[in-house]
Amino acid sequence: MKAAVIVFPGSNCDRDLADALREVAGAEPVMVWHKDATLPEGTDLVAIPGGFSFGDYLRCGAIAARSPVARAIVDFAKRGGPVLGICNGFQVLTETGLLPGALIRNAGLKFVCRDVPLRVETGESPFLAGYAPGAEVTIPVAHHDGNYIADPDTLARLEGEGRIAFRYLDNPNGSLADIAGILSENRRVLGMMPHPERAAFPHQGNEDGAPLFRALAEQLAGV
Amino acid sequence: MPHPFKARIEIMLKPGVLDPQGEAVRHALATLGFAGIDKVRQGKLVEIDMEAGNAEEAAARAREMCEKLLANTVIEDYRIEIAER
Repeated sequence: MKAAVIVFPGSNCDRDLADALREVAGAEPVMVWHKDATLPEGTDLVAIPGGFSFGDYLRCGAIAARSPVARAIVDFAKRGGPVLGICNGFQVLTETGLLPGALIRNAGLKFVCRDVPLRVETGESPFLAGYAPGAEVTIPVAHHDGNYIADPDTLARLEGEGRIAFRYLDNPNGSLADIAGILSENRRVLGMMPHPERAAFPHQGNEDGAPLFRALAEQLAGV
Repeated sequence: MPHPFKARIEIMLKPGVLDPQGEAVRHALATLGFAGIDKVRQGKLVEIDMEAGNAEEAAARAREMCEKLLANTVIEDYRIEIAER
């Protein structure tokens, strides 16, 4: 499995994400610079890491979502390719329109960096098959703009179609309906504010994020 | 013949969207003793110097820029003013 890890100026979780993809998902990570207009030949998965792409100028993820590689990511997703966006990667996915809604400044105004308890709301996704639906896990967040917002119709559709992937058990940022992560309509694009790559190895003291990567190994094996 | 125009683009969060930054500014103003403030909303102002055939064309281009990049219309509204420079 070849995983394209997208790197923007200001990305800072790209290497951690590549480590988790290599060691836990058994993938071959390839770092892809934002100026590349195409993904590497044979890309099976696109992973957009956390960080502060383009210094969060204009809006978080806004400039990254208009970079040359973003068009290639949108095409890949529209062909059914799996895309994972973590933290800033989630913001980039909403800015490209691949995921609905937006992420705005935390309601408490402060940058929040701590472990947060989450509930896995569905197992129906290549990213979530490693969790029992309803499972409670703890995964760290580290963000200033993680307050998810969507109009009532969008929220109703997300709820109705079971596209809420993770919900906060103790909402750290004011997110609508305690939303921590959502899926695309085809369930193959996941955006989430928590950082599973920071909870994927024994030396990190918490492996609650590892099932996400292990599931990828099984779900995308042989593709 | 292209003319020089300046587009002033005001971008504000939509009315229903919580603006925690505006709220923080409101608190700070109250701390300074400013009374009678009901609400503070904080937005962005973008100025773009450009060449265009006429004001309508300049406005149309500014609108396209807003839709494609400058505003996130999920959460933000924008207003454009065009002036000659």
